[in-house]
Amino acid sequence: MEWIDFATPKTISEAVEMLASKGDRARAMAGGTDVLVQLRGGRRSADLVVDVKGIPELNVLSYSAQDGLTLGAAVPCFRIYQHKAVIDNYPGLIDSASLIGGIQIQGRASIGGNLCNASPSGDSIPAIIALSAVANIAGPKGTRQVPAEDFCTGPGRSVLENGEILVSITIPVPLAHSGANYLRFIPRNEMDIAVAGVGSSVVLDASGQNIVSARIALASVAPTPVFSKAAGDSLAGKAVSDAAIQEASEKAMADAKPIDDMRGTVRQRVHLVGVLTRRTLNNAIQRARGG
Amino acid sequence: MPGVTHVQTTINGEEVNFLCEPRQSLLECLRDVVGMTGTKEGCNDGNCGACTIIFDGRIVDSCLVLGVEAQGKDMTTIEGLATPEGLHPLQQSFLEQAALQCGICTPGFIVAAKALLDAEPDVDEARVRHWLAGNLCRCTGYDKIVRAVLDASQKMK
Repeated sequence: MEWIDFATPKTISEAVEMLASKGDRARAMAGGTDVLVQLRGGRRSADLVVDVKGIPELNVLSYSAQDGLTLGAAVPCFRIYQHKAVIDNYPGLIDSASLIGGIQIQGRASIGGNLCNASPSGDSIPAIIALSAVANIAGPKGTRQVPAEDFCTGPGRSVLENGEILVSITIPVPLAHSGANYLRFIPRNEMDIAVAGVGSSVVLDASGQNIVSARIALASVAPTPVFSKAAGDSLAGKAVSDAAIQEASEKAMADAKPIDDMRGTVRQRVHLVGVLTRRTLNNAIQRARGG
Repeated sequence: MPGVTHVQTTINGEEVNFLCEPRQSLLECLRDVVGMTGTKEGCNDGNCGACTIIFDGRIVDSCLVLGVEAQGKDMTTIEGLATPEGLHPLQQSFLEQAALQCGICTPGFIVAAKALLDAEPDVDEARVRHWLAGNLCRCTGYDKIVRAVLDASQKMK
């Protein structure tokens, strides 16, 4: 790794000032599980690494029945999957947090970092898109909010401008009769990058037989995570049925624009999007029914 | 020296001070600066788990931690397991069950397994295999490692 300077700001304004002073020569770091690999491998370079783990707002993990979940950008995965309110209210988020890397990676890696890394294959991104998450950003010009589905702009690129940091992710309170699920396909059992991944969420009516709304997002099938609005919208107002789920999966497949690479082919990935959309929808519906 | 940082940390219960550059990984600091070579370098990018240490209560890949991040922290490395009285039960079980061949992955496996057994004394095979998914071994085929961890879990009760 080339020479870097290292800073440990204790406040958001201090971090923003440090990052802004170095422009694109500065990188924020939380768990470091992507940034350090990229710096060491020469895929990114930086003069200044700003460790944001010492900033209180980035370590918040709190749930309330009014405001939903506030997930500080630096909160590591293990804190998420050990948190009772998250386990109870957001099992779809637990799906992601507990399959990113192995136990060692989960001790450091954060969902916020996964989002900022903006990999098309980031396992948490479809899950938080499905859950209608919003990214809370602070920068030299103040704060702003960006829906999770608009955050990533290309492989490794995001809406974050020089000097801006992701402070937290907020996820609304789960509605009654709602459920979510994330699944990915990998050729191994653990520790691999998704060939394709799908996150789904559904809201059912009180009978549990009809779909009020749904959100579906895809990983590893485009330059960014994909929010397949057409797939989710196709389910709104429909009775739960294999035919409705099949139709949604076909719309998700139509939104998948993958490439052939060492992990999979276009054909395989589009096929996987169909399978995983159906499975995640069925799992989300089961959770929405309390199962 | 400009840019060199003084780090004060606790390794295996003892206060340790070292100087490092911000770009140096904790793994590099442990091995090349402090001289504790029990922790091994495998892939150096977080895939293999050979450099696993317990850092602030959680297992991490020390190649993905910067040395400067160790300031004020508490860590356990493989050197912290045996006592003057003898080997740790995990080390003993690894020997008895022949759970190592070349040995490069072994410290990482043992440290990771220690963290598991300290937190969850009653483990089954599935839990051990899942917990150790971030540790790669190219020699043993894993079976003997899993058996050794389960054997140690019985000894430690």
